[in-house]
Amino acid sequence: MKFNSVSSLILATFVLALTGCEKSATSDQNKSGELVVRIGASAPLTGPQAHLGKDNENGTRMAIDDANAKGIMIGGRKAHFELISEDDQADPRTATIVAQKLVDNKVSGVIGHLNSGTSIPAAKIYSDNGIVQISPSATAVAYTAQGFKTAFRVMANDAQQGRVLGEYAAKNLAAKKIAVIDDRTAYGQGLADEFIKAARANGAEIVAHEYTNDKAMDFTAVLTAVKGKKPDLLFYGGMDAQGGPMAKQVKALELKSKFMTGDGGYTPEFIKLAGKAAESTYASLPGVPLDKMPGGKEFEKRFVANYGSIQLYAPYCYDAVNVMIAAMQKAGSPDPAKYLPSLASISYDGVTAKIQFDEKGDLKGGAITIYQVQHGKWQPLATMGTSTTAAH
Amino acid sequence: MEIFLQQIVNGLVQGSVYALVALGYTMVYGILGLINFAHGEVVMIGAMLTLSTLTALLGWGVSPLLALPLSIIVAMLGCMVLGYSIERIAYRPLRHAPRLAPLITAIGVSIVLQNIAMIIWGRGYRSFPQLIANHPHNFGGAIINDIQIIIFLLALGIMAVLMVIVHRTRLGRAMRAVAENQHAAQLMGVNINRVISITFMMGSALAAVAGVMVSANYGLTHYYMGFILGLKAFTAAVLGGIGNLRGAMMGGLLLGLIESLGAGYIGDLTGGFFGSNYQDVFAFFVLVAVLVFRPSGLLGERLAERA
Repeated sequence: MKFNSVSSLILATFVLALTGCEKSATSDQNKSGELVVRIGASAPLTGPQAHLGKDNENGTRMAIDDANAKGIMIGGRKAHFELISEDDQADPRTATIVAQKLVDNKVSGVIGHLNSGTSIPAAKIYSDNGIVQISPSATAVAYTAQGFKTAFRVMANDAQQGRVLGEYAAKNLAAKKIAVIDDRTAYGQGLADEFIKAARANGAEIVAHEYTNDKAMDFTAVLTAVKGKKPDLLFYGGMDAQGGPMAKQVKALELKSKFMTGDGGYTPEFIKLAGKAAESTYASLPGVPLDKMPGGKEFEKRFVANYGSIQLYAPYCYDAVNVMIAAMQKAGSPDPAKYLPSLASISYDGVTAKIQFDEKGDLKGGAITIYQVQHGKWQPLATMGTSTTAAH
Repeated sequence: MEIFLQQIVNGLVQGSVYALVALGYTMVYGILGLINFAHGEVVMIGAMLTLSTLTALLGWGVSPLLALPLSIIVAMLGCMVLGYSIERIAYRPLRHAPRLAPLITAIGVSIVLQNIAMIIWGRGYRSFPQLIANHPHNFGGAIINDIQIIIFLLALGIMAVLMVIVHRTRLGRAMRAVAENQHAAQLMGVNINRVISITFMMGSALAAVAGVMVSANYGLTHYYMGFILGLKAFTAAVLGGIGNLRGAMMGGLLLGLIESLGAGYIGDLTGGFFGSNYQDVFAFFVLVAVLVFRPSGLLGERLAERA
């Protein structure tokens, strides 16, 4: 790990030195004299989370196609947007290589990454090179807490989400004894830690904290250990690829506690994987339900027509691209150094919410909705926490 | 006690899954001395082929009880063709190359197969239909279901059949001869290309069965599932003594038990100092310990016997 960060730092400086002489050329012209603006995107396109990564790519692509169709003008010139999509395999090490590659391709901004674990190390490379990064889905508190001016996100963070989940479990569901499993990624661990804090603060007792990883398929051993503690509720911090099979194994082991997970589990895939065992699972998603989003219904209709059903973060990717383009228009330039200040102070009506950033780059006033699987479908139960960003 | 019993059952089931895959690994290694890293991917392709055939057959209105065995047979045949092709294309030209070369092509084949599967079957998880009733049984508080019992018995059965083939038949004698010394075997009139091809085809057919069982147990298939499974099965095979059929079975069960007991109790035993995140560390620590004291694995033969 140490070797990796050192070597990527050396690589970064080296490439910076090489590109230094032509730094001003962040954009150029195509044959028809249009201003070419390259937008980078990165998500896991292979591996266990490939379905989510592809969903992100589709959301981003749709926004870029829309922008090109609309014939957006930046600084008095017609702009043509190009998408450069890269696979980070949900792996922090690969993410830094991908980030460097996007920087070398002179992108004006990056939509990504999908995971917190990949967004955090990549943020340093973007910051070093002055490239704007908007993550559609990284929710770990640490992502914007590194102090990089270039890092933004269009989704509420885990401090907000974990607090709402913990409170809901302890208060609304009246869980006294709670067991927690997390997948040890920056996201899963971060969310689980915030959940535990909030649950304890609301009078619940954490009877077990077990671990798995983001590639596992079998959870019977940890679930059996949890069963021995007889919890009222089991919380899983991680993605649907593990959450779904886990819910199934919970049922098979006749573990009779309620099952709850975070935004990583709020997908149609979760229900498909868990089958009947998905019934009555709780999950949360920052933001309001899609059909209550300002432009949610419209977005869903057009997305489904082009790419099939929405997995999870596609609307957030769509907004991330649009808010970036809006800032470029406001500043009259796709140069990140020029449009960064206008992005930081923007107020944009997106599909998912009204997007405004606080001084850290976090979304201001992110709402969080709790959902439950009822009759094989996610149904919203309550929307909470519309206050401003949580204090840490 | 209930919990302890359940952990033993978990370990045995998980171990049987490892053993099913490890048997294929170990057979190829036993004959060729080659670690076929693509074996995990063949397991995955087997599961995918079964799923596709099953969906097609059910779509044509074939009854589930007939469709399931039919699709398993199709998957086994498909994997046999695949296994034969892998050996013919990626390993045979390198049979006399340094040992590292076929190892690297094996990893290459594994990546190629993963990506082909991703193109054909997509990136998403696919749920595996539950066709036979999967009743849970309760043994003194521990719960085990039908599929899990089938997996355990199947692993034992396949091991027994393989042992009979290797030690009691003419083909088995040819296999052992090839394992001992390829050149000498050839001089004695053994068609070594044929023997090696058959070995690969048998290993791949086994992989298909393992794939079906794993998918039926977890209720899902994914193009990536073979990788981790292959890695764990490889560990199990090495633990038991790679090249040894009984060793693969024992290594698999042992690894499963170590993992489930390790994950279940390590937190309580160390007062929370180590958690279940050390599950894999625990398993690999045992592997290191076994290899330090018995480098050829628990039931392994001395490697010097091989040319």
